[in-house]
Formats: sequence, C-alpha cells, structure tokens
Amino acid sequence: MRLSSTGRRAASAVAVVAASALFLAGCGSSSDNDNNSDTSAAGPCGTTDDITLTVGLFGTFGFKEAGLWDAYHKLCPNVTIKEDDTEASGDYWTALQTKLAAESGLDDVQGIEIGFVADVVQNHADQFVNWNEVPNAAADKAEFYDWKWQLASTEDGSDTVGLGTDIGPEAICYRPDLLKQAGLPSDRDTVASKMSTWEDFIDFGKQYMASPTKPKGSYFIDSASSVFSTAVYQGDEAYDNADGQPDVENSDGVKSAWQYATDASAAGISAGLAQWGDAWNKAFASGTFATIACPSWMIGYIQGQAGDSGKGKWDVAPVLPGGATNWGGSWLGVPTSAEHKDAAIALVEWLSAKDQQVEMFANPAAGGHFPSNQEAAADPKVANATNPYFNNAPTGKIFGDIAAQMKVPPIGTYDTPIQTAFGDALTNVETKGTSPDDAWQQALDKIKQVTG
Amino acid sequence: MSVTTTAPAGASSSRRRRRRPGSRIAYLYILPFFVVFAAFSVYPWIQTAWLSLHKVELSTFKRKPMEWVGFQNYVDLFHDHFFWNAFWNTISLALISTIPQLLMALGIAHLLNYKLRGRTFFRISMLLPYATSLAAATIIFTELFDPHVGFIDWVLRSVHLHAIDWQNSKWPAQIAISSIVTWRWTGYNALIYLAGLQAVDQQLYEAAAIDGAGRWKQFRYITLPSLRPTIIFTIVISTIGALQLFGEPKLYQPLAQPSGGSDNQYQTLSLLMYQQGFSYGHLGQASAIAWTMFVFIVLAVAVNLFLSRNRDAKGVR
Repeated sequence: MRLSSTGRRAASAVAVVAASALFLAGCGSSSDNDNNSDTSAAGPCGTTDDITLTVGLFGTFGFKEAGLWDAYHKLCPNVTIKEDDTEASGDYWTALQTKLAAESGLDDVQGIEIGFVADVVQNHADQFVNWNEVPNAAADKAEFYDWKWQLASTEDGSDTVGLGTDIGPEAICYRPDLLKQAGLPSDRDTVASKMSTWEDFIDFGKQYMASPTKPKGSYFIDSASSVFSTAVYQGDEAYDNADGQPDVENSDGVKSAWQYATDASAAGISAGLAQWGDAWNKAFASGTFATIACPSWMIGYIQGQAGDSGKGKWDVAPVLPGGATNWGGSWLGVPTSAEHKDAAIALVEWLSAKDQQVEMFANPAAGGHFPSNQEAAADPKVANATNPYFNNAPTGKIFGDIAAQMKVPPIGTYDTPIQTAFGDALTNVETKGTSPDDAWQQALDKIKQVTG
Repeated sequence: MSVTTTAPAGASSSRRRRRRPGSRIAYLYILPFFVVFAAFSVYPWIQTAWLSLHKVELSTFKRKPMEWVGFQNYVDLFHDHFFWNAFWNTISLALISTIPQLLMALGIAHLLNYKLRGRTFFRISMLLPYATSLAAATIIFTELFDPHVGFIDWVLRSVHLHAIDWQNSKWPAQIAISSIVTWRWTGYNALIYLAGLQAVDQQLYEAAAIDGAGRWKQFRYITLPSLRPTIIFTIVISTIGALQLFGEPKLYQPLAQPSGGSDNQYQTLSLLMYQQGFSYGHLGQASAIAWTMFVFIVLAVAVNLFLSRNRDAKGVR
C-alpha cells in the first residue's frame, strides 16, 4: 500500500510517448468546469490573476503524463501548474509532516496517499480544506466510492481532508508464455478459475514449479511478502481494530495472510525478490516470476519495467485469490494556508471530476489509475477499455468488477511501518531460513518498536 | 604536533596586543562563524536535549503539548535490543572500514612519495573516488553486490564458488558497505599522509638508503614516526566519520530505507536515529539516540587522544 506511489514511478517512461495525443481529450471536459463557475465569484479557475499553482506529489501521479496540466492551462490560461515532485512517498510524507509542524512551505495542493491518510485525518484535519464545506465537492460526494470518501474523513464524517484520485483494485497479472511452457493453461479465464482461493493459487504454483518444461530459474510468484500485503486486506481487519488502533495479534487479516505467505514460501513457489528492488524490477522483463498481485496501477509499472519488448507477454487474470481488495490509491488536499486556496480548490475539483478520472485510466500514458469516482468507473471509456500491451485484456471490466465488490478494512497511522515489519520478517524466512514462528516474533517485536 | 609548538608564541603575542586600538575588530571577523555555529550547532544541541526528555511525535509536533518523561527515553534506549544491535553494528562497521582504509592509505602515500613516472596522474586518480558523489558510488556498489544480478556473485558462480548473499547475510553485507567507505576515503587519507610526508626531509630517506635500509625499513623508521601527528589526525577524523556512518548503509538497502536490512543486520546508530525520528515519528526517542551518539563520539575521540598522547610521551622519553 505504501508502495503504490513507488509503483507509479516507472509509468512515466511509457507515458511521454502518447502525451501529445491527449490535449484534445483533456479539453473535452470543459463542460464539467462550467458547473464550478456558479460557486466562485472569481470564475471557474478560482482566480482571475496570473498565478502559478504548486502541486506537491510523490512517485508518478500521471497528471502531467496524461496531458491534464496542459489541458487545464488551456481552460484557465491565467493558471500555470508547477509540480513539486518527490520520488518516494515515505520521503514525501516525512517532508510534509515537518512542513505541517512548521506551518510553512506547503504547496497549494498536496497529494495524500493511503499509507498516511489516517495520520492526516487524525492529526492534521484542521490544516486542510474541509471538502464537506466546498459546495461543489460536497454535492459530488455520492459519485465517489463510499469507503474512498470515508478513509479521508474523520470518524463522524464531518471533516474530509482530500478528494479521491485513484484506487487500486487488485487482480493477478501473469505471463501466459511461461505458463504455456510449463504445460499449464494460459488463457485468462481458465487461469482465473485455478486461483479463486489462496490455497488453489499455491497449488497451481506447485504445479508450475513441478513442471519439467518450465523455464529454468523461474518461479511462480515474486515474493511471499506480496502475498501477505495483498491477503492482509482481505480480512475484516488488517493492521488495526475498528477504532483505528494498531492490533495485529487479534486481526483475522494478519493471521490468514501470515499463513498464506509462509505457506507460499514453504511451497518453494516464491522467487524471494524484494519488491521494488533492482532484481525485482529486472524480473518483469526476464521472467523470473510468472504471476504477481496486480493493482490497476501496476499495469503502468509493468509496462515501464518490461519495456516495448514485453508487449504481449503479460496478461491480466480476472481474479484475486481470496476475494476483492484494494492496494494503494491517493487523494488531493488543499492546505488551509495555501497561497492560492481558491484556485487550488478549483483545480482539485476539476482533477477529481469524472471526465479527468476517465482520462487517467483510459489514456495509456497515464499508467492505469483506476477511478475513485464511480461514475467515471461506469463510463464506457473505462468499462470497455482493453489494454493492447496485456494481450488486449479487458482491464476496464476486470478492475471495475473487482472495484465494485471490494471491501476495505479500517486503516491506522502506523500501517506503513507495520507492513514493512511483516515484509522484513518474511524476507528473513525466505533468505535466511528463519522459521515462521521466529519470524512472527521478530515482526511483533519490531511492531512494538514502531508503535512505541 | 608542530601546531602545539607554534601556538604558545602566537597566543602570547596576541595577549600583548590585546589593548591596542582596533583589536576588537578581530571579534567582528570571527563573528560569522560563531553566528552560524550558534544557529546550526548550539541551538539544535539544546533543542535536541530538550526533546530527548519528552515523549514527542513528529505528526503532532508543535500541535500538541509535549509530555515530560525525564530520562525515560534514555532508560528505554539502554534496554532496547535494537539500540544495542545498532551500537555493535556501528562499532564493527567502523573497525572494518577504518583500519584497512588507513593502513592502505599509509602504504599508498609511502609509495607515491617516491619519484615515480606519472606521479601526478596517480596522485590525482587517488582523489577521484573522494570526488565521486556518495549516492552514485553506493548505487554502483549495490549493483555490483546484488545477490541476484550482481557482477561479484556472477564472477563467484562462474568460477564455481558459492554465491554470497551480500544483502541479507550480516557479515557479507557489512563487508560490502565497508568496501564502499574504504573505496571512497582511502585516497583522501593517502593525500593527507602524502602532504605530511612532503614535509619530511628527503635526505633522511637518502641517508637511510645509503645505510642499506630497504623500502619497508624506511617506511617503518622514517615514514611512520614523522607522520605520527598526521596519523592521529586521520584516526580522529575517521573515527568521527565512522561512528556517524549513514549514507552508505541507507542507500545499500534496496529501497534506501533506514532499516539496515530485513534483520537490521547493518543498521547503524544514525540509521536507527533516522528510523525512530522519521519513519516512526518518535522524535523524543530519536533525540535521545542523537545525544547518546554525541557522548560516544566525544568519548571515542578522548580515548584516541589519550592513547596517542601517552605514546608520544613515551616516545619522547
């Protein structure tokens, strides 16, 4: 989840190519903007002065790549947008925390990731514009997935710190060519039918590993921790209890995820690669693993890593073992101390509106950001979207179906470091031969260090 | 030690001049340093000391009142096995990066002090690693040492040796990191030694050579004694640097996290401080680590100076 931002990193590489084609699409959304004009005296752009809006983001959000900045500049010629980018979301969050503490140096718009949205809601809600009090945004509330709006809101729902950009419905991305070589079925529906539970998934993986014809040095999955970080969100609770307090020992999600992850490791189906590391990145092209848990934004990441030569080698199976869930996704917030607050509000409203969210998924340059706006998800341009890079997989339908069934457990302020603690413990199981029981204790020990 | 012999003379003459008009202007000249020193050293020291006595979180810093906990952060620290793990990692990394580094630097300086063909070329190339950015160097080394796609394990495998997990095994990881430190700083120290050697009278070497002393004996009986003050200086500087080791082990982690590996196998004290302060947001705990490190470094330097002064005194006798 913390990594969704990192995942965006590589999407930009693919993105630049098609960017020029997008001006037109972006401009098509001007009708949407007319709605805004009646609320703000300063017009649809929030200001009539010539201004530069600063937008603080991490990873690759894809707005620039999808041509949305240019489209907005055409709509509001007096507004120029300057991105203030940080590569890793962790570094971004650290810097944002210090800026919030000092109450200075904040950008006009700040990206907020699912990894730290709980902290922003709990500790900084008064420092961000409350979208419930912005008439247009409040009126559009019903368009967003309920849980998406809720995660960015205080418990009573009165204060909402950000408007949703994307979400991360998860499926399984896989290499049909590798499965075929191993003598296993490779069309997406049959593959999906073999993985409806994690037990089936691991069994299918064992068949792959046992195949004498599978490519040498190839594994079924990338790492045990990717199984963990997916399965943990399939519980009623993940790292936190219903009050948002860290409580891993009593969590059904943690318990079953740990079981599946250690089973996967014991079954020998995992390549044991650290996610987002060098070897992992290279494996998308080299085929070190045949499947990977795949939130919609991973589509862009895989294209970035596997490059042009990987086209047609990957596919998406319409399934997530163990049930539909989410990985990653972000919001955009406007600090109350923003220099150009009204213009920033106008921009965020425009970006999270239906047409722009459609563009962020339908446009191949944007990197597969699935809409958090349900009307955008239902739009034919999203729902009927296919992806030529992934054997023309109907990605719009696959991710849309999962998004519609998704359940999202409560989140808390320490989720990111807690997830790292479990990931580290699983790395110890995979690389050092630490026993699962010892590794479990190591994880609990580290979590104690995290929660203080 | 030449510094100490000239200092008293300078000090006494300035004392005599103190009453002269215009001498106060000297204070004005040194003022900028002390202003910067106060703003970026003294103030953070005091602030950090104050924070270390509180339970204070990054996310609520300045937004909620801090909770006074006295020395609890220090007590917790000394009972924390993560702290002692980082402490011993810091010591072991300091030893395996500093000792070979300074020994090699001495040898290189000794050799470069002879009249060699292309001496300037060698001297300049010594300094190149030092001029390389830490991030660039570490990233290259991390690629070389990668257990899956790295060059070093490729070589090991191709000569049918066991590949080594330079990332997840403790000592290989520490050796890999210390090799980055050694690579970057050996040339720098060699140049400092070389500068020290330039001040040594060449006739000493010539005389020794006439007496039949080989290069090793010349090194042992001329180079080493004449470099003693320089050596002490480099030991002190390297010790301070090694105890603060941060960039190399942070970037050596695949995601540049401050964890020092999945089992904290190469987490140093500064990484633990950063992790507590910025990954977990425990500013009070992080400040306590900062002050503890400060005390350790002062102690280490004091021990260094004490040992070397003792040796000096014996040498004179």
